[in-house]
Amino acid sequence: MSDIINLTLSSLINKIKKKELSSQEITNAYIARAEKSKDLNTYITTDFENAIEKAKKFDEKGNFDYKLPGVPLAVKDLFCTNNLKTTAGSKILSNFTPSYESTVTQHLWDEGAILLGKLNCDEFAMGSSNETSFFGNVESPVGKKVVPGGSSGGSASALAAKLTPATIGTDTGGSIRQPASFTGTVGLKPTYGSCSRYGIVAFASSLDQAGPMTQDVSDAALMLDVISKYDTKDSTSVNFKRGDYFKSLSSNIKGKKIGIPKEYRVDGMPKEIESLWQDGITLLKKLGAKIIDISLPHTKYALPAYYIVAPAEASSNLARYDGVKYGYRSGGDNLISMYENTRSEGFGDEVKRRIMIGTYVLSSGYYDAYYLKAQKIRRLIKNDFDEAYKSVDAILTPSTPSSAFKIGDKTNDPVSMYLNDIFTVPVNLSGLPAISIPAGKDKNNYPLGLQLIGKAFEEQNLLNISYSMEKELSFKNNLQDWWIK
Amino acid sequence: MSIDLKTIKHIAKLSRISIDDKKAKELEKDLNSIFEFIEALNKVDTKKVDPLTSIAETSLKLRGDEVKTKNIREQILKNSPDENKDFFVVPKVVE
Repeated sequence: MSDIINLTLSSLINKIKKKELSSQEITNAYIARAEKSKDLNTYITTDFENAIEKAKKFDEKGNFDYKLPGVPLAVKDLFCTNNLKTTAGSKILSNFTPSYESTVTQHLWDEGAILLGKLNCDEFAMGSSNETSFFGNVESPVGKKVVPGGSSGGSASALAAKLTPATIGTDTGGSIRQPASFTGTVGLKPTYGSCSRYGIVAFASSLDQAGPMTQDVSDAALMLDVISKYDTKDSTSVNFKRGDYFKSLSSNIKGKKIGIPKEYRVDGMPKEIESLWQDGITLLKKLGAKIIDISLPHTKYALPAYYIVAPAEASSNLARYDGVKYGYRSGGDNLISMYENTRSEGFGDEVKRRIMIGTYVLSSGYYDAYYLKAQKIRRLIKNDFDEAYKSVDAILTPSTPSSAFKIGDKTNDPVSMYLNDIFTVPVNLSGLPAISIPAGKDKNNYPLGLQLIGKAFEEQNLLNISYSMEKELSFKNNLQDWWIK
Repeated sequence: MSIDLKTIKHIAKLSRISIDDKKAKELEKDLNSIFEFIEALNKVDTKKVDPLTSIAETSLKLRGDEVKTKNIREQILKNSPDENKDFFVVPKVVE
């Protein structure tokens, strides 16, 4: 049993294909471990009975040629799943059962994967510590009372704690990469338009992108093969020639040009992160890459611009939660007070804050000063990357300005919480792909990640560079299973 | 620039979120600290910059206006917070 949960996704698949392990054995192993790991609070909804049933069916007459043959997976509770509760970590959707499936999760099931359940996340993916969820905060397996990061915190925690062999999250400002960095796992945010947004609870539509969270880079490539597909149901889905990511993995990166942006050396960044970054640079040189100093001069404006664009889009997207067609409804004497009470009781504090910011920046008289201004800054930030990519193939930065922090440490100060995403947000504003890989540990033994940012639609390049680094880094989480009951 | 309590209540009204005075004061503090952070953008000259509205920057594709799923009334009404099985029901609007 303990052997099963220690296998990577790709080795698990190999064992299934060779009939060394059955889908039922694997599914049961993950369920048994999840039952003993309830203290981490990673699951919002489990679907274990159905999972066992599906595993049995797979073992009887499954197709072993599938990419994820009989593999049990848990996913972030932001993906709509047909007939299984989908809450987005919010009270307002706490009783919502979709009658349709998100495109990305459908791709998983079409390739033979089996749903284990839905993983906790910050409410509507708004948060960097998984502390805004209506269903309670998630604890990270890397340390007691430590946050797993967010918003895909339940996904990161479940993956690091070996409750699922791989998972998928969504990334609007860093929500895949920051929790991956905090938990010693791999998180990939694909290029905007790669993975369909259809059926994902919307936060900020011009920034949201789904992506894999995995134990290693090969697994990320494998998952990307499954979920990156053109979809007519998403009007911003891009029909480009996708690679055969897993098969094309190569650790030869000789001659690749890697940019090091000086603006990512921020005040107050711990020495450990600075030296992690330096070690990454040294490693890339050793692997034959060429290091080039670059400048992304508008980096410091990315976070303030993000906190206009994302709340503005969120305030529009979340206007649909009015207690009429689905979700939580409160009482009221008339229609307006029913709306106001429903939204007041149904949304948590952080979500309300962002709806209010968004409403304000879009309101009459303020649109030009804030929203239009932010969109112009967004252009400048993207131009910075376009300019840099004339001379480099990818960019190396730290994933986060600090390692994981304790639960409750930053909840009273929204701005200090927002600063967590300082290195990840520029990527979303520019629609680029980026990956966080575990690269070291701090003095508390908490993981630290390095981020590689690539050119649009060049995920293969990004995967190859991180694949070659990963081999040399040989990072190990070595978790002590302290949470197991 | 700062956002006063009156403005907070006005935004809450526009957002269709009811808030009491205590909550309004909390939001006044939070939003002001966030906007102080956002004001950094004013240092950038953007007079000659075009706004970036979408990363894809391609025109949206047209598609035929065709019905693809039919007879899903039950499915659509399934999550309705009101018990009524035929319509979405809201508090009385017309006197």
